[in-house]
Amino acid sequence: MNFETTIGLEVHVELKTKTKMFSPSPVAYGAEANVNTNVIDWGFPGVLPSVNHEAYRLGIMVALALHAEVTKETHFDRKNYFYPDNPKAYQITQFEQPLARNGWLEIEVNGVKKKIGIEEMHVEEDAGKNTHGDDGYSYVDLNRQGTPLIEIVSKADMNSPEEAYAYLEQLRKTIQFTGASDVKMEEGSMRVDTNISIRPIGADKLGTKAELKNLNSFNHVRLGLAYEEKRQAEVLMSGGQIRPETRRFDEASGETILMRVKEGSDDYRYFPEPDLPPFSISDDWINEIAGQIPEMPEKRRARYVNELGIPEYDAGILTDTKEMSDFFEEAITDGADPKLASNWLMGEVNAYLNANKLDLAQTQLTPANLATMIQLIKDGTISSKIAKKVFQETIKKGTEPKAWVESKGLVQESDPTVLTPIITAILDDNQQSIEDFKNGKDRAVGFLVGQIMKQTHGKANPKVVNQILMGELNKR
Amino acid sequence: MNFLETDLHSLHQQLVNHELTAVDLVKDTMSAIDEHEPQLNAFITTNQKKALAAAEKIDAEGIAEDNLLAGIPVAYKDNIVTKGVRTTAASHMLDNFNPVYDATIVEKLEQAGTIDIGKTNMDEFAMGSSTESSFFKPTHNPWDLSRVPGGSSGGSAAAVAAGEVFAAFGSDTGGSIRQPSAYNGIFGIKPTYGRVSRWGLIAFGSSFDQLGVMTRRVKDAAPFLTVMSGHDAKDSTSSQRPVPDFSQFIGQDIKGLKIAVPDEFFGKGIADDVKAQVEKGIQQLVEQGAIVDHVQLPHTKYAVPAYYVLASSEASSNLQRFDGIRYGFRAEDVKNLKDVYVRTRSEGFGPEVKRRIMLGTFALSSGYYDAYFNKAAKVRTLIKQDFEEILKTHDLIVGPTAPDTAFKIGANVSDPITLYMKDILTISANMAGVPAASVPAGFNAAGLPIGMQMIAKRFDEGTIFRAASAFEEMNQYYLEKPSFKGGNA
Repeated sequence: MNFETTIGLEVHVELKTKTKMFSPSPVAYGAEANVNTNVIDWGFPGVLPSVNHEAYRLGIMVALALHAEVTKETHFDRKNYFYPDNPKAYQITQFEQPLARNGWLEIEVNGVKKKIGIEEMHVEEDAGKNTHGDDGYSYVDLNRQGTPLIEIVSKADMNSPEEAYAYLEQLRKTIQFTGASDVKMEEGSMRVDTNISIRPIGADKLGTKAELKNLNSFNHVRLGLAYEEKRQAEVLMSGGQIRPETRRFDEASGETILMRVKEGSDDYRYFPEPDLPPFSISDDWINEIAGQIPEMPEKRRARYVNELGIPEYDAGILTDTKEMSDFFEEAITDGADPKLASNWLMGEVNAYLNANKLDLAQTQLTPANLATMIQLIKDGTISSKIAKKVFQETIKKGTEPKAWVESKGLVQESDPTVLTPIITAILDDNQQSIEDFKNGKDRAVGFLVGQIMKQTHGKANPKVVNQILMGELNKR
Repeated sequence: MNFLETDLHSLHQQLVNHELTAVDLVKDTMSAIDEHEPQLNAFITTNQKKALAAAEKIDAEGIAEDNLLAGIPVAYKDNIVTKGVRTTAASHMLDNFNPVYDATIVEKLEQAGTIDIGKTNMDEFAMGSSTESSFFKPTHNPWDLSRVPGGSSGGSAAAVAAGEVFAAFGSDTGGSIRQPSAYNGIFGIKPTYGRVSRWGLIAFGSSFDQLGVMTRRVKDAAPFLTVMSGHDAKDSTSSQRPVPDFSQFIGQDIKGLKIAVPDEFFGKGIADDVKAQVEKGIQQLVEQGAIVDHVQLPHTKYAVPAYYVLASSEASSNLQRFDGIRYGFRAEDVKNLKDVYVRTRSEGFGPEVKRRIMLGTFALSSGYYDAYFNKAAKVRTLIKQDFEEILKTHDLIVGPTAPDTAFKIGANVSDPITLYMKDILTISANMAGVPAASVPAGFNAAGLPIGMQMIAKRFDEGTIFRAASAFEEMNQYYLEKPSFKGGNA
């Protein structure tokens, strides 16, 4: 029997704000436990929440970037449940009137384009974190408590793990370009829960879905969903039934593992948050925010291809992150040749970042220094061999390339009046090589170039050397 | 200094003239408390040291002539958080809880120079109408010690009525300032929802809760309410509206004031002596030039059930934070997380609080939400509309505050429904968010105080002060002093 797969994704994204969703505590990653907290985060008796308008603004920005309809009349709701990392025993979220509805994103898998619908997205506060110590005690860290989140609920429009992967990539990229979030899975600023079911092709009803959690990367999402697809098919083929369960992806085995079977749905006793009055989102505000959304990756990509002559594939890589794309554009503004800048970013720069597991911002490289270096190569001031040295220097230390090559005496010698006497002298000393050349032994040229380079301590411009050498050889 | 024989202006004048110091006042207050507390139990915590230190500071700084509140001893209901002073909400759950911050009203009043004497007894988490559900002890009514002071701000009301303290602050979710004010023969006002910041008030029903002030005389409450009121960035439900000086309304005549008297406020279940006394009061208002219409508030009969669904729903959520994890009481010898929750909450909350948590949890449950919470919310809208309609054409709604006078301690503890019904006249104002006060309206044959309720348009506390002060001027019931008869039941 052949099955078709149905996948829906719930993605939590931390909004990049200075302070929390409902309290003035700072939002910061990696601080000592419970440092970034106040009485509101602790749920002390008598405290009240206040809405962080900047967080809501970022939420609207994401909604608009995802082509969603922003809800004009809205309010917050309480979602009630007990857990030590949830100090009020309720989470303030949006249940009845979410931030926005009916968005979409376009993905491309194997050259086929497809629109994935977004059911709704809402603003809410994050919970703290529980850790379980070796001493038998559990510890609560409320630093993360109250961090602004948006939850983006897709429609069940994806039919393969690859489509889910592409959706996540596109979602990450889009949100990252708005600047509303860092969208980093590894830092938890983007978190993914998936729902997956399969059904015989042509069946009317969707199959029973399983929820897949604890996914630490997009790749795990893809692998986990692929495993689940296979597992569910095997269960059905052997005459079994899919239970509504929550499963987790086990990195080591590549399998999904049962966490718990769901028995009925949890009752969160949602009701309108009485501490925060309902509020209206004006068209003026939406228009203002729409005007603040930076150019999205698809548009930039098209511009790079059409206006700058960058190949389609390269333009795609350059617009993979806003950081890279912004860097590229700044380098061009600083005078870099677009194609050379693109080649450097995709080649040496990316290789360096991957090898050192760094982000562009974590290096000392500046667009201006990259532009200067490219100019030095282009005008023949430095050789491509020297350029690699310059690159290491400037990306590690932020050194200004021009001054550095000059002070280090790395400027290439391209002057024929300097080079010609050196070359003729070497030819005079190597009669055998001239003979060899005349006899058609190409290796002789290589030997001679080597001698010239040795003599000039590698500073001679190979292109110019080659020209003069060939001219001189032919004269003899 | 005996607070039963003075008013705010003369106290202030004596302070300004150095005939009296703030320290004297604190000492007098402490001796009044020492004298009456064995009979009353109005306080959970007193803080003489803090009060004396504050009074010394006030005396050293000198009292400005235009600051009526400087040096005046006050008390807070124990669900209003006070930095470094134990705040219990009269619950075992918080019986050792020391807040790390002050409620906004505490900050504002201390800024004005009032002296915090202590924390008053109340029904546990403000759930009750008699102060009997306090974890610590019941408070007694100074007019008859065998009777309750009402609730839930029973400690505040009794302390003011007995002259233990000059003014006291309370919270009113369904009548918790007005009903005890009526039972104790004092003035108590619940302002418009949003008039006073709730920051630092331990929440019961967040969309109903409002802080207010209780004094023996109407005019003495005005300057306190003026100071307490106003927008607070920490409370999103607090209003941006400008706050008038409420004292300006004191002494204004009531000629032409349009008063609505709802038939429902004089129906079945209202004691005859209460009806008669309040009707007499209304007649006095007419004699002073007020125009009275008899009107209907047709949804009043649904107010009590709708209120108990909505306020309990909010409470069930608000009180979830008392989980034994971060502060307050935690059950001993707990073995796992579920134990921490179940045992802490089973041992930490009293029966009335548990009843309401269960009621509210049920009303919010999936499958029941529409039938209970949603339906009650619709009733609330209808009640609000009833009030808005009548207050479009009238300045004030007047009737009794409570259906009866103070009842005997223990009389209703096993009958929650009867107790809930005592809120019937006060709940509607909380449902509608309008300001309402209880004004002393005389006594019944047994010498028990009766309160007259005045309800105004949203943010029109001024009209309440105007009518209430005119009424007070006519009757001067404040000249009567509590008898402290009866003995502890």
